Amino acid sequence: MNEHVKKCPIIANHIKVALVGQPNVGKSMLINSVSNAHLHVGNFSGVTVDKTEVLFDYKHYHFTVVDLPGTYAFTDYTIEERVTKEYLCAQDYDIIINVVDSTNLEKNLQLTAELFTMSKKMLIALNMSDEAQKEGIEVNAEYMSELLNVSCVKVSAAQKTGIEELINTVVKIYEEPKVDPKLIFSEAVEEEIQHIVSYLQKHKYEATNSYRNIAINLLKENKKTYETLHDDPIWIELQPILIEASQHVELHHDTDDIKEALAEEYASFNRGVVAEVVKVKKPIKEEKTLTERIDSLLIHPLYGIPIFLFLMWGLFQLTFVLGAVPMDWINLFFGWLGNAVGATIGNDDIRSLVVDGLIAGVGAVILFVPNIIILFVGIALLETTGYMSRVAFLLDGFFHKFGLHGQSFIPLVTGFGCSIPAYMSARILKNDRDRLLTLFIISFMSCGARLPVYVLFAGAFFNESIAGNVLFAIYITGAMLGLIAAKVLKMTAFKGADEPFVMEMPKYRLPSLKLVWHTVLSKTLMYLKKAGTFIAGATVLIWFLSNYPHNLELETSYAHKIEQAQSKQEKNKLTNELASKGLQQSYLGRIGKFSEPVFEPLGLDWRMAVALEAGLAAKEVVVSTLGVLYALGDNVSETTYSLKDAISKNISFASAVAFIVIIMVYLPCFAASVVFTREAGGIKYFFYLLAFTTITAYVLAYLAYHITLLLGY
Amino acid sequence: MKKLIDCEKGEKVKVAKLHANHDLKQRLISFGIMKDANIQVLEHAPRKKTIEVKVGKMRIALRAEEAELIEVKAL
Ligand SMILES: Nc1nc2c(ncn2[C@@H]2O[C@H](COP(=O)(O)OP(=O)(O)OP(=O)(O)O)[C@@H](O)[C@H]2O)c(=O)[nH]1
Ligand SMILES: [Mg+2]
Repeated sequence: MNEHVKKCPIIANHIKVALVGQPNVGKSMLINSVSNAHLHVGNFSGVTVDKTEVLFDYKHYHFTVVDLPGTYAFTDYTIEERVTKEYLCAQDYDIIINVVDSTNLEKNLQLTAELFTMSKKMLIALNMSDEAQKEGIEVNAEYMSELLNVSCVKVSAAQKTGIEELINTVVKIYEEPKVDPKLIFSEAVEEEIQHIVSYLQKHKYEATNSYRNIAINLLKENKKTYETLHDDPIWIELQPILIEASQHVELHHDTDDIKEALAEEYASFNRGVVAEVVKVKKPIKEEKTLTERIDSLLIHPLYGIPIFLFLMWGLFQLTFVLGAVPMDWINLFFGWLGNAVGATIGNDDIRSLVVDGLIAGVGAVILFVPNIIILFVGIALLETTGYMSRVAFLLDGFFHKFGLHGQSFIPLVTGFGCSIPAYMSARILKNDRDRLLTLFIISFMSCGARLPVYVLFAGAFFNESIAGNVLFAIYITGAMLGLIAAKVLKMTAFKGADEPFVMEMPKYRLPSLKLVWHTVLSKTLMYLKKAGTFIAGATVLIWFLSNYPHNLELETSYAHKIEQAQSKQEKNKLTNELASKGLQQSYLGRIGKFSEPVFEPLGLDWRMAVALEAGLAAKEVVVSTLGVLYALGDNVSETTYSLKDAISKNISFASAVAFIVIIMVYLPCFAASVVFTREAGGIKYFFYLLAFTTITAYVLAYLAYHITLLLGY
Repeated sequence: MKKLIDCEKGEKVKVAKLHANHDLKQRLISFGIMKDANIQVLEHAPRKKTIEVKVGKMRIALRAEEAELIEVKAL
């Protein structure tokens, strides 16, 4: 009977905090610095597109911090903004931390003013205080807290300063009763608010909210407040008062849009607050900021695009040249490992499983880790420096011609890393038509998992000195095909008016090494983890399917022949023949043979066909399957086995071109297809995508094969 | 009536009126492009298809079609 002896003595309090703010103010980074999370951080608007919860303990409190997509105002402009709005309105949280950029307070406070009407406990985190200091901007946090009647805490997510004070303030606010923030409107509007308030007072309207808050919400045409009051008997009298009040406000602002009028009210209030609490130390010179100076080069009307193309070219060049060095080591290592491990295993079948299956397959995937890392570094730099939005700006005109939105560039570039986050990030597009269109062509942007196939084939068929260019050409061709596909879709399936393009251009930031390191590391680990689990499993399956069933008759007859053979050469030839015959009658061989007629017009043999089919599960499997299939056919050669050589020996150039074209265009992997279906909003879209990519891939590969043949290769 | 798109590179003006539809107007306002805001044209993309402007401390990219809808006046 000692059940409750060891009960935990601390009954922790649970505080749920929602982080709200405009895009790119450092919400995600702030969460990373208060907890051990590694949320995705980038220097452009729309990095976070879905809510994420992070848990951590501090003193004797449990914290749940919710990272929300940034939102400029309380509208449903884009899906991600809708996520934020819906979360805030559902009110399943205790405290709002409103994160603002100290270097751009006036604009940021626009959202703050709207949050004031949420009637939730809140505080303001004055983030980027390090940057503000550098720019000579001094914010008086205490005075600001006093003016707004909301606690304001200076923090820097990058330097991790003020974090402790921030959490302590959260705890304090959590324990204390709620206070109403101060927001003063112009006299004309205050008068109207007062009218409504006194009406509510007169009728002793029962509410948890303050009357002032209700009045403001009514003026703002807040749906929820409207609905609540609409069913109340006082509505009959209140409505005319409200209409009159709105008219007065609109008249005062010379507009017919109450929201515009209120926005102007907020703006002038904020201007007042900023004038009081912000001191700019350095004299405001008419000098250009660093960002403007860099911009005058990078988004130059003439040089902008060539510079971008040059940087891309450089990246692929690096991918190839720099990646080749460790690749040789990895190749040697797996060759050695295969031999060493193989020598210790007596059983033929098990040895083949481990050496030709696991080691050859997984090794083929791991071989490309250096290339993948370089690619990820490139993408991380694009994301964290602020260049991303510039390219979107540069390409908007060009994209527009193809029926795409400039901001589509962001999901499309993300697609070069992996299609899954790319599909998510298409949420930053306001219009559903634009978004769907972008979703459909994301798979044309070759993801990181397809890079190994390209590197392998480029290396197999081209001299090292130009293989980097070939790689670049493959990516550019893929992207161009995507644009053409977009044009076709825009003219047929997604007809409609163009959406406005309005996008913030963040200032350039030098990304910290740590940030880039973490981004690249986590993606690389994911790749490795996938190689060790999913890919390894798929490889074993492929190995099994390609080794069974055994054909004893065939084996004995060859064993006999090999014994009789005179020269070593002849022996080798016979062994190879046996292997390839055995492969052909295996399960996989039969599957391959079954689908061969489909692939024959494209110049693909059954092994390539099987690799492509396996690639539907994950694109990495293409390489590992090739690794297994060509390792099996080749396993008697004495030299260290190299997949690259096997490819160049066994596959004609025209077939290789057709193969690459299919890889470029056909259906993304299984996991990506699932996310695509979810983001597009229905299974029917998956079938559209399947039909669209399959037909396109087939036709293009057919053309590519025959044109290459005609050209005499 | 002068429009934002007519401004030269480097020119500073004041917003007089937004002629955009409701959604776009909300968007522009939330970016700080509202009546009486000061605005400066920073950069033109090729053939003035897209422009970069500065409002307060914020740099914003706009397409020509949107810049058409913003009426401006001299400071
Ligand atoms: N100098 C400095 N930079 C910061 C600070 N906090 C964030 N940043 C940078 O600001 C950029 C935006 O950070 P994020 O955390 O992605 O911003 P976010 O608010 O989550 O953005 P969205 O998810 O798009 O809404 C990144 O480039 C960060 O490196 C800070 O305190 N100081
Ligand atoms: Mg974020």
